[in-house]
Amino acid sequence: MIRDPKDLQRYTAQERANHWVVGICFILLALSGLAFFHPAFFPLAQIFGGGVWARILHPFVGVLMTLSFLGLFIRFRALNAMTPTDREWLSRIGEMASGNDHGMPEQGKYNGGQKLMFWVMSASILLLFVSGILIWRAYFGFPVGLVRLGAVVHAAVAAIMIAFIIVHVYAAIWVKGTVRAMWYGTVTRAWAKQHHRAWYRQMTGKS
Amino acid sequence: MTNHWVDIKNADLVIIMGGNAAEAHVCGFKWVVEAKEKRGAKLIVVDPRFNRSAAVSDYYAPIRPGTDIAFLGGVINYLLTHDRIHHEYVKAYTDSTFLVHEGFDFEDGFFSGYDPDKRSYDKSTWNYQKGKDGYVLTDETLQNPRCVFQLMKRHYSRYTPELVSQITGTPQDRFLKVCEMIAATAAGDKTMTILYALGWTQHSVGSQNIRTMAMIQLLLGNIGQAGGGINALRGHSNVQGITDMCLLTTNLPGYLSLAKEDEQDFKAYLDKRSPKPLRPNQLSYWQNYPKFHVSLMKAWYGKAATPENDFCFDWLPKFDKGYDVLHMFERMHQGKLNGFIAQGFNPLAAVPNSKKVANALAKLKFLVVIDPLATDTSEFWQPAGEYNEADPASIQTTVFRLPAACFAEEEGSYTNSGRVIQWHWKGADPVGESKSDGDIVASLFVRLREMYVQEGGAFPDPIVNLHWPYRHPEEPSPEEVAREYNGYALQDLEDPKEKGKILVKAGEQVPSFAFLRDDGSTACGNWLYSGSWTPAGNMMARRDPSDPSGLGQTLNWGFAWPVNRRILYNRASADPAGRPWDAKRKVIAWNGSKWGGNDVPDFKPDSAPEDGMGPFIMNPEGVARLFAVGRMAEGPFPEHYEPFESPLDANPMHPNNPKARTNPAARVFKGDMEQFGTAKDFPYVATTYRLAEHYHFWTKNVALNAVVQPEQFVEISEELAKEKGIAAGDQVVVRSNRGKIKAVAVVTKRIRALDVAGRKVHTIGIPLHWGFVGVAKPGYLTNTLTPYVGDANVQTPEFKAFLVNIEKA
Amino acid sequence: MALQSLDIKQRSATTTPSPSMRQTPEVAKLIDISRCIGCKACQVACMEWNDVRDEIGSVDGTYNNPTDLTAASWTVMRFYEKENADPFDFEWLIRKDGCMHCADPGCLKACPAPGAIVQYANGIVDFHQENCIGCGYCITGCPFNVPRISKKDSKAYKCTLCSDRVAVGLEPACVKTCPTGAIMFGSKEQMTFQAGSRITELHGRGLTKAGLYDPPGVGGTHVMYVMKDVGDPGAIGLPTDPGISPLVSVWKGVSKPLATFALAAVALGSLFHYVTKGPNEVSKELEDELDKEDVK
Repeated sequence: MIRDPKDLQRYTAQERANHWVVGICFILLALSGLAFFHPAFFPLAQIFGGGVWARILHPFVGVLMTLSFLGLFIRFRALNAMTPTDREWLSRIGEMASGNDHGMPEQGKYNGGQKLMFWVMSASILLLFVSGILIWRAYFGFPVGLVRLGAVVHAAVAAIMIAFIIVHVYAAIWVKGTVRAMWYGTVTRAWAKQHHRAWYRQMTGKS
Repeated sequence: MTNHWVDIKNADLVIIMGGNAAEAHVCGFKWVVEAKEKRGAKLIVVDPRFNRSAAVSDYYAPIRPGTDIAFLGGVINYLLTHDRIHHEYVKAYTDSTFLVHEGFDFEDGFFSGYDPDKRSYDKSTWNYQKGKDGYVLTDETLQNPRCVFQLMKRHYSRYTPELVSQITGTPQDRFLKVCEMIAATAAGDKTMTILYALGWTQHSVGSQNIRTMAMIQLLLGNIGQAGGGINALRGHSNVQGITDMCLLTTNLPGYLSLAKEDEQDFKAYLDKRSPKPLRPNQLSYWQNYPKFHVSLMKAWYGKAATPENDFCFDWLPKFDKGYDVLHMFERMHQGKLNGFIAQGFNPLAAVPNSKKVANALAKLKFLVVIDPLATDTSEFWQPAGEYNEADPASIQTTVFRLPAACFAEEEGSYTNSGRVIQWHWKGADPVGESKSDGDIVASLFVRLREMYVQEGGAFPDPIVNLHWPYRHPEEPSPEEVAREYNGYALQDLEDPKEKGKILVKAGEQVPSFAFLRDDGSTACGNWLYSGSWTPAGNMMARRDPSDPSGLGQTLNWGFAWPVNRRILYNRASADPAGRPWDAKRKVIAWNGSKWGGNDVPDFKPDSAPEDGMGPFIMNPEGVARLFAVGRMAEGPFPEHYEPFESPLDANPMHPNNPKARTNPAARVFKGDMEQFGTAKDFPYVATTYRLAEHYHFWTKNVALNAVVQPEQFVEISEELAKEKGIAAGDQVVVRSNRGKIKAVAVVTKRIRALDVAGRKVHTIGIPLHWGFVGVAKPGYLTNTLTPYVGDANVQTPEFKAFLVNIEKA
Repeated sequence: MALQSLDIKQRSATTTPSPSMRQTPEVAKLIDISRCIGCKACQVACMEWNDVRDEIGSVDGTYNNPTDLTAASWTVMRFYEKENADPFDFEWLIRKDGCMHCADPGCLKACPAPGAIVQYANGIVDFHQENCIGCGYCITGCPFNVPRISKKDSKAYKCTLCSDRVAVGLEPACVKTCPTGAIMFGSKEQMTFQAGSRITELHGRGLTKAGLYDPPGVGGTHVMYVMKDVGDPGAIGLPTDPGISPLVSVWKGVSKPLATFALAAVALGSLFHYVTKGPNEVSKELEDELDKEDVK
């Protein structure tokens, strides 16, 4: 069942590994970042060996995430170009969420929502990286105005990114048969046909 | 100080000139703050730099370094021409009415009697006219052209505001505003205090700078009053103490004087120092001189001092000239000195022309440095890069370092600027092998004496007979020494007024110098300190801060010399009838039968005002001297002379007499005249000074001080910086004709070019704290730059005005 | 520094109230610039009492030394040269710089580490380095640019107003040492009164612009200045109307609950979406269809 030769290859091993590097970095960053963000989350710092370690590690992990995300970005940016179909898909996202996806426009490898996710992640990581550098006091000393701006941007963008990631993870769980694409790299033909029919056709040559 | 630190708070006007109290006397400056706060006093600062004192002043006037007499002479002229003097005071308490010798004259920069070859004066005409009775002749109307008042008026009439401004560079409006503020204190109930320090003394006319202000204070009637006086802020917590104990080589403790070469006769020596009163009914206190001198000799030589041997008068050296520090190093430089003991003294850093001093030290056989730390002097032979270019191979001087304890590691007394002597206790034991200075000197003495006893010598008597009664000869306790300087009876002292009544028993401490005798029955190490350790105990250790008058007199706190008097000449705080000039600030008053009040009267306590005794009892004339008779080297009235290194080619007061350009009576050693630079090569005026963050050359050894002021710098105006292409923080080289230093430039608005006699004069400020020993960044010795010339009277070096050039390093 | 020696009013990164039953009068340090001679005795006293030693630096062309606040110099004198119309009516203004101990402290607001910054009931804002994580947010939050991170231990340091001395009834070390009485200490009420009489005295000397600097933008401060010209605090390097930067307020104020709530909403929304709408599964028909194709 797991390895059906007829399954479609959605991600290569490198792509999956790259994704998970980013994913692990994100989890570490979110946990440590939240610890600094709100007192309620401060106990999360214990995961890293306390507040000081969390403070030391967070920016380095951030740099790692930025670099590894750059890999994903290079790999997937062409596939995530927005098309009019995507916009239509996005405009009808309500139907999708309510579980009625039969009428949705036909999708390629990625639907409009996934593409939006991609661009939001790209923008977020860029902003987080830049603002993170601004507030990385151990190595940089920017004017306090910039640092303050950096802090606000960093916190706001991080909150947005976390929210999107929650949606990202939930979507993967909600749409059954999706998560395996990031585990084994394959999806079933039915899954592909149902959710990404254009891609299915491209992969199989069938209608 | 004629007055004392706390008394500053009683002033209506505080003038800081020739000093920078906020910078160099940070703690004492609190009393200026108090005067401002509690009395609404105004603070004037006159200084070449807008300094830390100026930062909190009400009015500031700039001045070119070395022109204070011109400024103050101008003030005298202002007071006299605008008739803003305290008339009754001037008439009754000064020599203004006295007639002066007909031969006295002043012409083109010279007073009568000048000998240009000897560079000194025959002072015989600098005297009062006396009648057949030996008393001075006076003119109570002050109209006689030979009276002091008229001579003074004529002398200072030349100091017009225009000329003053030309010489000093002080803008005329600023000068006149200062005059007006000063003049306001001529009123009996207004006083001005003057706080000065080395900014006045370290000039070739240093003593006369102070004299000029003393004259102003007399004209205003501010001497003897609370909140008045003339107040030297001493640069060290115990410099007053060392001065009292005999700082000058021609002195003995308590300002007694050593005999000159030609004074071999004991009686003549004493008579000369016990002047008869120059006015009827006058007390001439120095008539007690023999009592003080004989008691001193008894303290020094004990039983060996007898009436038969003139109390060992012959054992005292008779001086041919003063052996001040400049003279000593001049002789050392000539190779005429074998050994030198530098005790608590860092001459390489502290004496002008460091190069000359280093060469002089290299000619010694041995150098002993008694100090808690290694000093620049003790390391003078060690190369320290560009900061000390010594060649050890060519220096044969053996240096001994004897480690001394720090002040807190021993007990003893401190005499502050206000003459208040306070006992202090030991806070910790000396570190390692270090010993107190007293123990070190005593140990040396005991060994030397032993050698003299064993080996004889050219003249062993004064050494082998020195009275040395201490329990541990090598460790005289501060208590024993203090008891000795207070004095004690050697026999029972009988009351001269009542036969059989014993005032002080043999062996007891005397209560004051009034009990000292000239027959050898008392011993006293320093008559001025008599009363500091009485039969009642150690008066210096008293710590009762109660102050019933509210004037800050605190008569039960420590002990002030003389006889616990806090304000000198305090008889002058009351009018001739004995009523205080200002009832709110009563110092003393006549109560009908005796003098008393809030201080120990500086007067015969039972002399009624009707007797007409003058208040200045230390002078045989009983009044203060506007005319200094023969006491000053360069003249009875202060006259402006340019510093030895001046940007001006001539003295504007005497443009046609090149010999009156600089102080005609100042001593210049052979070879040093050539070392003076000219304005052609060294166009800028330099002045050296201390900073609040450091203490002399000590605190460069202290991390905390080094943190707050780490590195040598010089201060220049923005204008000069621009001319020379120097930016703040740049390294610059400052050169004089004697050497150079390198430092960081501090570029500031606080120093400005002054308009002097039609030309622009820039001043460069040079703080002095750096050297090549210590934890602060190594620096050059500032005195590499300074000229080797001193004040004509006491030879204090001219550190405050000389010429340099500056360029970007 | 022992936490129990002083009652704590506010604690960084803590959302519940601190013990607040006992009443302590607010203290204040009053610095009279018209009396300051810039002797730096306060700097030395500060280093001595607190057992810190700054580096022996260099001269930057001014009297300022150390040239800035550091983790070891919790106070420094700053010298300002002010020109007036008459060049000799010059002013040399000297300000003792250091923590202002704001009533509404930006550092405390910004600090993410619970208990690293506290405000005592007496108004002193104090750093507890054992809780400090070294992020430097306090610097970001401070309207006066005061805290400094140590290069040695990466902890933030600043003036403690000698909270240890104050706790046992002593004045701060700088106050004790100030030779001209330019630094005073007492209750905030007393110091405000004291400032009033100083200002009256200065007005009497013709310094009619003299006034008290106790900026309301930060709720007032527990270090106040008597200034010769209160309308021009910029002349001595102080902000005219300091307050916590709006950016910092957004960052550490409204955004905190808002973002936390938003994230919770997204997560919970997802959960409830799942339990209400159920999973999005591949349709059975499609699977069957493909199976049929395979059989063919």
